[in-house]
Amino acid sequence: MTRQETAPPRPGRGTEPLIFELSSPGRIAYSLPALDVPDRPVDSLLPPSALRTRPPELPEVSEVDVVRHFTRLSQIQHGVDIGFYPLGSCTMKYNPKVNEDAAALPGFAGVHPYFPEEVVQGALELLYHMEKYLCEIGGVSRVSLQPAAGAHGELTGLLMFRAYHEDRGEHRTKVLIPDSAHGTNPASAVVCGYETVEVPSDSRGGVDLDALRRLMAPDVAGLMLTNPNTLGLFDENMHAIAEIVHEAGGLLYYDGANANAIMGVARPGDTGFDVVHFNLHKTFSTPHGGGGPGSGPVGATRELEPYLPVPLVDFDGRRYRLVYDRPKSIGRVKSFYGNFLVVVKAYAYIRSMGPDGLRQVSEDAVLAANYLMRKLAEHFHLPYDRHCKHEFVVSGVWQKERHGVRTLDMAKRLLDYGFHAPTVYFPLIVPECFMVEPTETESRETLDAFARVMAHIAEEARQQPDLVKAAPHTTPVKRLDEALAARKPNVRWQPET
Amino acid sequence: MNGFPSGYRYTKSHEWIAVEGKTGKVGLTGYAQDQLGDITFVELPQVGRQLKQGEVFGVVESVKAASDCYAPVGGRVTAVNGRLETEPDLINRDPHGEGWIFQLEITNAAELDSLMDVETYTRYVAEQGEKG
Repeated sequence: MTRQETAPPRPGRGTEPLIFELSSPGRIAYSLPALDVPDRPVDSLLPPSALRTRPPELPEVSEVDVVRHFTRLSQIQHGVDIGFYPLGSCTMKYNPKVNEDAAALPGFAGVHPYFPEEVVQGALELLYHMEKYLCEIGGVSRVSLQPAAGAHGELTGLLMFRAYHEDRGEHRTKVLIPDSAHGTNPASAVVCGYETVEVPSDSRGGVDLDALRRLMAPDVAGLMLTNPNTLGLFDENMHAIAEIVHEAGGLLYYDGANANAIMGVARPGDTGFDVVHFNLHKTFSTPHGGGGPGSGPVGATRELEPYLPVPLVDFDGRRYRLVYDRPKSIGRVKSFYGNFLVVVKAYAYIRSMGPDGLRQVSEDAVLAANYLMRKLAEHFHLPYDRHCKHEFVVSGVWQKERHGVRTLDMAKRLLDYGFHAPTVYFPLIVPECFMVEPTETESRETLDAFARVMAHIAEEARQQPDLVKAAPHTTPVKRLDEALAARKPNVRWQPET
Repeated sequence: MNGFPSGYRYTKSHEWIAVEGKTGKVGLTGYAQDQLGDITFVELPQVGRQLKQGEVFGVVESVKAASDCYAPVGGRVTAVNGRLETEPDLINRDPHGEGWIFQLEITNAAELDSLMDVETYTRYVAEQGEKG
């Protein structure tokens, strides 16, 4: 029996065929009206090299097939609009719909990047003010809105590091990265041509200062740091870290992934960072994951500002203009002006929250995380027992040792209770860890419900370990073979021949 | 996690080396594969490559992470376990035997003295567990 012969899934249940599998030869969604201009054969307009020899293999479906297919898919999905999504270091906060209203305004949605400056003064004004806001929030001198996401911001920042050092006649080849860092940090450094050197964490979860002193050498371009780090801990030695790095001629890069913890409280530029990126799609409530694209603006102190990508937006008191004449700039890192409409959404968020509101976002995010951390610590091992910032790490080592139930199993079991699982097995320095980031948008009732379910799963691990080890049980598909998927990826649908 | 082979020498980064004359066979310990989870890809060193002690010889990827692997001692790579290219899970199934990664001709046998014996490594692994 083929998939098409089985009954269609009930809403929110079962699996859904690929749209290619719904295809029926000749079926179409629309009958177009006859042309009201002369029809010319396509081969009279294009050379043979530009023409297909056979039609593209697109699914042939009706409008209702398309609508039902994607509606059913949406019903078996999980997202922030469906439920709690405590994915650590991802800041899956709710994205207010007013952001979408702003981005849909025709003056923003309808502009083309090739429009002359005179007719897009409003769009440029928004970019100009957005830069000012991010400068204020990050404690930096200027910001480029061009990078398309966080890792792209990292690459941009490292290219600026290189340009800065080479400008001073120095060829530095290494970048230091803590062992708790996001995986994108070493990846970006390698893409930029740097060799990476790992800096160990100390027993409190911060940068090991002695190790940093030992590793900081004349061939080190700088240190990449997330603060608070991926353990959700704010490094209290920030000033000492900055001093050690700067004294050896190195620079400090701020990975803004965890900036939801610090808005209006601490500014990276004030704590010694030279280049800073922001994740608009995390901290500033624009969609990410499947709902992207992202946006990763990069800010710099006065000293590093000349190396920022071009163009920047300047204002001469009368009109806004795009400025390309910045001779030390690393150049463009993306076409045009970045993901403009994402910037519009983040701008709408900043304007609707205001400075006090943004500070409260961070305070509430930190409060929610500490509340949940204490609740979970009643049932799970808490490796760093101190106040956390916007996220925290607990470990499933007790459950693994006593009952043979791994963190992966418990994460899968959470799906049965309607929650997205937290990040698991990251950061790498904590075995069997869950990394939980509740964000400020969740109510106490939601946090309590999640804590109750986690306690219940810990109990299940004790009483019925096999139930947890085989989870999930209620999702459209059961436990997937992740190892097989990685070893023998099968990512392209092909028709049966 | 018990039962590390007694004749082997061990590193802090959880590689083992089994020595026979001037030849050493290198792999990852049972503890390492347990921490990594299902291994999906092994990057093998080139035969003939000269490695220094502690140098990265390859990468092991699992469903959880990609991890560098370090040469327990210096030497020239004389053979690699080609089966790992299609059966990376050999490291999960038999880390101390069929899951070996490469063989090398040891340059300086004195470097072996810096490695742990099975008792020391077993204690070291137990301490790692407590930290978690």
